[in-house]
Amino acid sequence: MENIWIKLFYALMSMLLIFNYGMLLAGVVLKIVARVHGRFGPPVWQPYVNLLKVLSVRSAISHGIMFYLGPVFRLAGGIGLFLFMPVVFGSVWLQNFSFSGDLLLVIYFIFFGQLGMALGAAESGHPYSPMGIMRGLAQVSVSEVPFALAVIAIAAQHGTMSITEIVAAQQGGFLHWNMVTNPVATLAGMMAFLGMMMNSPFDLHLAPQEIPVGPPTEYHSTFLGFMQANRAFFASAKLILFMNLFFGGATNIPILVLKTFLLYMVSVFVGVVNPRFKLEDSLRWFIKIPTVTGIIAVLIYTF
Amino acid sequence: MTIITGDDNKNKEDKGFDTELFCDALPKEIAPVSNKTIQKFYNWAQANSLWILAFGTGCGSIEMRPLYTARYDISRFGMAPRPTPRQSSLFIISGYASVKTMKRIIRSYEQMQNPKFVMGLGSCTINGGMYWDSYNTINRLDHYIPVDTYVAGCMPRPEALIAGFEELKKRILAGKAEGANEYAKNFQWYKANQKKIIKDWDMPDYNW
Repeated sequence: MENIWIKLFYALMSMLLIFNYGMLLAGVVLKIVARVHGRFGPPVWQPYVNLLKVLSVRSAISHGIMFYLGPVFRLAGGIGLFLFMPVVFGSVWLQNFSFSGDLLLVIYFIFFGQLGMALGAAESGHPYSPMGIMRGLAQVSVSEVPFALAVIAIAAQHGTMSITEIVAAQQGGFLHWNMVTNPVATLAGMMAFLGMMMNSPFDLHLAPQEIPVGPPTEYHSTFLGFMQANRAFFASAKLILFMNLFFGGATNIPILVLKTFLLYMVSVFVGVVNPRFKLEDSLRWFIKIPTVTGIIAVLIYTF
Repeated sequence: MTIITGDDNKNKEDKGFDTELFCDALPKEIAPVSNKTIQKFYNWAQANSLWILAFGTGCGSIEMRPLYTARYDISRFGMAPRPTPRQSSLFIISGYASVKTMKRIIRSYEQMQNPKFVMGLGSCTINGGMYWDSYNTINRLDHYIPVDTYVAGCMPRPEALIAGFEELKKRILAGKAEGANEYAKNFQWYKANQKKIIKDWDMPDYNW
């Protein structure tokens, strides 16, 4: 019994760590994008101020129960994804509940939040929300295909679905990383990663200039606060997942920060230099190169 | 935080519009948190994260675009344009407001959440400016919605706007920017003024 309390305490601590990391990461990215534009940009702590500001809004409007629960589902999806992954390999307190679930559960959690959000946003009745949902779900579904194929290839390569065992198999220098031992799966996974990180050219579901902000158009005050908090959790959890799967995991916090930061920069830099895809272009792109790469990665381990 | 919900379409026929999406419950005054320290902290957050409703009502909105560029860059002050009134806290009425636009201004203003701030850009919002005797524009904006700051000029340059933002921030930090509560308090007066100029009133009296 005592064991589970200690584990819970560690999980809360690691959530605190990852929340702050995600917020600072968002701030740093705002700054980097501003520098690319030739601006100074907001201070790195701006995401904290924004979160505080939405929490300090005095009134809120609810359109119904599902509208109310949408952000809760979203945040639960982000935290759930994070809690079933080992953050730092070999660390006692940054293991979370990684032994209770495997890769399949984690993949499920990636989709869970989006579905909850879709139900909630649809109830708001704003015409832009269903448009954003339609685009977002199509995009997530299609980018899930190469990701699932890459995961199958990795699972076949190591003969396990446990993330901890996959990370353990990659220890002992970067030549053991799946990036080197399984480059085809990594390529498919990284292309899916671009689609999952909500940056350009795949930010069509938010599309600020076109369909205001898509699903969250009607969300405000604390509802929006939940979604901002989720963004910190979800983004860093996805980064940790990809780092664990393809780039050898991390054995200490500085390595974790370095690897996830560089990984995020891939999607940020692709984002700042590319315009937004249309939905049909994005779907077509995912079905072509990344999916074919994923199929090849699976075929390699079949024969 | 006060949560407002619709009345589930009970009297749809009587009201003539679908109240599932529009609530005609009148606005209420919501006092800021009573704890002075938390109140100051919240005011600080409000002042340093102003989200502008990017709705250009008149010619003045052309002066707002340079604010986002490298030359003026208001993101330095934590300000950002938001595409939806729900998420915005600062409404800039940019230049003249024609009667037709006033309808949209009122609806957008009412959809913003408490606390909300309004800035009048250009002389047209103060006394009508060069449209003073026009048949189709309003002269004094603060007869229709509460205004926190005015930036005079025709047109004020982006530097003047940034100075205006600084003034607005001082008001917010001092806890004086209570426009939303003022609107709720003097609701009947504002509504009467609005109905005086908008002849074809075909919307709920207050739509969230």
